[in-house]
Amino acid sequence: MDRRKFLLGGATLGCSLAASPFLTPVALASGPWDNRLVVIVLRGAMDGLDAARPLFDRDYASLRPNLNDGKGIPVANDWALHPGLKPLIPLWKAGEMGVLHAVSTPYRDGRSHFDGQEVLEAGTLRPDGTAGGWLNRMIGAVPGMTAETAYAVGQERMAILSGPAPHLRWSPDVQLEMSPQVRRLLEMTLHDDAMFRDAALQAVSIANSLSLDAAMQAAAAEDAEEAPSMMMAAPKPGSYAAIAQFAASRLREDTRIASFSVNGWDTHDNQTPHLTQSMTRLSETILTLRDGLGPVWDKTAVLCLTEFGRTARENGTKGTDHGTGGAMIYAGGALRGGQIAGKWPGLAEADLYERRDLMPTGDVRAAAGWIMRGLFGLEASLIAQTIFPGLDLGTEPGLLL
Amino acid sequence: MIFDPTIAATRFGTGLSPVIEPPWDVAAMISRLYGPDDAALRHPILGFDAITPSLLQIQTANRDRRQAKGTPLDEAAIEVVRQLSKDAADVRRHNILSTVARGVVTQDGLRERLTSFWADHFTVIARNLALLHLVQPYIEDAIRPHVAGRFGDMVKAVVTHPMMLLYLEQNRSIGPNSPQGLRLDRGLNENLGRELLELHLVGVSGGYDQADVTQMAELLTGLTYSANEGVTYKPRWSEPGAEVVMGRRYGDAADLTTVTSALDDLSVRPETAAHIAFKMAVHFVSDAPDTDLVASMSRTFTDTGGDLLAVTAAMLDHPAAWTPDRMKVRRPDLFITASLRAIGTRADRIMAMGPRDYNRHIAAPLNLMGQPLESPIGPDGWAEEAAAWITPQGLAGRISWALRSPQTFVDTMPDPRTFVWTAVGPVAPPELIVAASAAESDADGVGLTLTSPAFQRI
Repeated sequence: MDRRKFLLGGATLGCSLAASPFLTPVALASGPWDNRLVVIVLRGAMDGLDAARPLFDRDYASLRPNLNDGKGIPVANDWALHPGLKPLIPLWKAGEMGVLHAVSTPYRDGRSHFDGQEVLEAGTLRPDGTAGGWLNRMIGAVPGMTAETAYAVGQERMAILSGPAPHLRWSPDVQLEMSPQVRRLLEMTLHDDAMFRDAALQAVSIANSLSLDAAMQAAAAEDAEEAPSMMMAAPKPGSYAAIAQFAASRLREDTRIASFSVNGWDTHDNQTPHLTQSMTRLSETILTLRDGLGPVWDKTAVLCLTEFGRTARENGTKGTDHGTGGAMIYAGGALRGGQIAGKWPGLAEADLYERRDLMPTGDVRAAAGWIMRGLFGLEASLIAQTIFPGLDLGTEPGLLL
Repeated sequence: MIFDPTIAATRFGTGLSPVIEPPWDVAAMISRLYGPDDAALRHPILGFDAITPSLLQIQTANRDRRQAKGTPLDEAAIEVVRQLSKDAADVRRHNILSTVARGVVTQDGLRERLTSFWADHFTVIARNLALLHLVQPYIEDAIRPHVAGRFGDMVKAVVTHPMMLLYLEQNRSIGPNSPQGLRLDRGLNENLGRELLELHLVGVSGGYDQADVTQMAELLTGLTYSANEGVTYKPRWSEPGAEVVMGRRYGDAADLTTVTSALDDLSVRPETAAHIAFKMAVHFVSDAPDTDLVASMSRTFTDTGGDLLAVTAAMLDHPAAWTPDRMKVRRPDLFITASLRAIGTRADRIMAMGPRDYNRHIAAPLNLMGQPLESPIGPDGWAEEAAAWITPQGLAGRISWALRSPQTFVDTMPDPRTFVWTAVGPVAPPELIVAASAAESDADGVGLTLTSPAFQRI
């Protein structure tokens, strides 16, 4: 059942809503492109070496006696993916999910989450809490953007989108429930103040489209009597699934860029169960996005970025400590998946960064830059000067179709 | 100038109240500020050195835990860490609730607003979980005692406070040519030196350059903090030689007086006066403040050597401060405080909130309104412009809170028809008066009043 049909179907929801001018949808221009970019920030520093395991590297097993548990899922050329990524294997096979290995931001040596995330989100060479986010600089540099073009989703502050360029932030946790009477009166009290009125109009419009989605799902559930198992379970409020579902619902419409966080990567001890949990959660989040995006998935790139990788060597508590080089998991029909991309530096002690961390052989900003160039047609100079100041774009790492 | 008690209570205070009179003139506001800090006496917050758990306790417990791993002592060590984390969370909640309660029941709202302004000017953010409960103690130690004192004293208190030394990484900065720097092959961390010039003192257009930043950072070397030793000056970490910062030369003595004399000089520079005057006027009056108002505050700052009581008085004595145009919007934390004050919430009701209610009615709503507790993105603190707060999600957060939370703070909700006057004062617009009386319930009527631009704008 599509949206329009549902609205025209005269469901009770449609009738009662139509009475209020608050519900007149806010006019929104489409973004200047059709492709979609989703940036998931993995806060806490994901262990890239455990995400995609280099079984072929003769030093790998000795560095990681416990983490190398033989349960990785063999993919290409003696690489294995972390078992928690198993739900994404069908995507890998379809060429819609892959890993770019041995990459990092320009952040070095401090190994602080705080500064590392600052560099990652600011897209700068050094920590700079006042620089604003690189996604914000990108939307600021492209004409034709509206607030609806870019969305920060969830309760977490997304510094990556913060800055002067218009964007929206919404958490599916916001419950804008009010009686029709309150709604009517609110319209009256906010009417003469343009800033309050416009913000409320947009809030009500977002909240309505959410309840509309929910109502459509319920209606679809009634229609699909014979196949109840096909129905997506309603996600728990505040869950990553709720965030991904909301992001997908926006990206199906006018939104072109969405960003949110998936946390839980700081695996200093007992990494195996903790990372499995986080990887499974990330896999489910990506699948929720794919299911929610439907045909739009083919035009979508999902990048999972983290502040840095972790030590090559396991520590004394079956975990890993803060490191440097890591990996970027990516997905989406607009990218070339089914591969472990990147230049492998090797794990011999002399090949490690400061004899402890995976040596970064690529700047993760360059990967994001090439993808924006491929998806949105941005100029190289805009990417290397405005969006990521001081970036050497280098050659395309093979992620574009 | 036209003094207006409603503006005095809202633009320069924590809001109108059904039980507390607004100030009757500027002299009364200034004399309150000059007098004892009653709110802090009623709702004390312990300072960094007195608070438990201390940073040292937490660090020690974490270390013991690491060492006990895999031994029979492991469980006990985990339990100690767990208990300390819980204690720290309780202390943090208590302190944040104390700050809210101060604003809700105070007769000296200007002091609360100034404390909040200066705490933001000298933002510190907890870099890790062990520091979360220490932000309020920092404000209590370094900011609050100086809001009606000398700016230079506040600067020195801030720069020698553990929380600022940790936040802007002065604890990691070592003179590259100092004995310790040469031994460890370590060097400068310019973070504190840069932000002092850019954000705290002369301001980004204050006429300094990268050389001044480096010199400032070199001058600061030696000043450091560790949980074991506290704040110390380590001559062996200090970069040898004299430094020149913004044209002034500071001798090569490796001691704290070099640092304090540079801070004293920078604190009274005319660029600093102009920067502070402008920022204060923006915070309290308008994002594009009257130039004469700023000039008058800046002049007073310079004439008095940074006497903040005099600068505050200069602002309140200027007619532009009392413009009837309400150009500022309350930030989420002030919105909650002012709302609770307007409905007549009692302090003991606030202080009695357990973790669940605190999260449901204070912490989580602040997130949705765009102001997660004590967590701005960077050292430049929270945004000033109204448009940064009145976003779709931010306003939705305010509406949801205003319709649901107030009733959990009082036994009886006020009658919306009179509440309009209590909360907004004589400027209540006719459509709000109509809406409040047309609401189906007291809670709705109160919520509509609190979400109205007339209440949110100050």
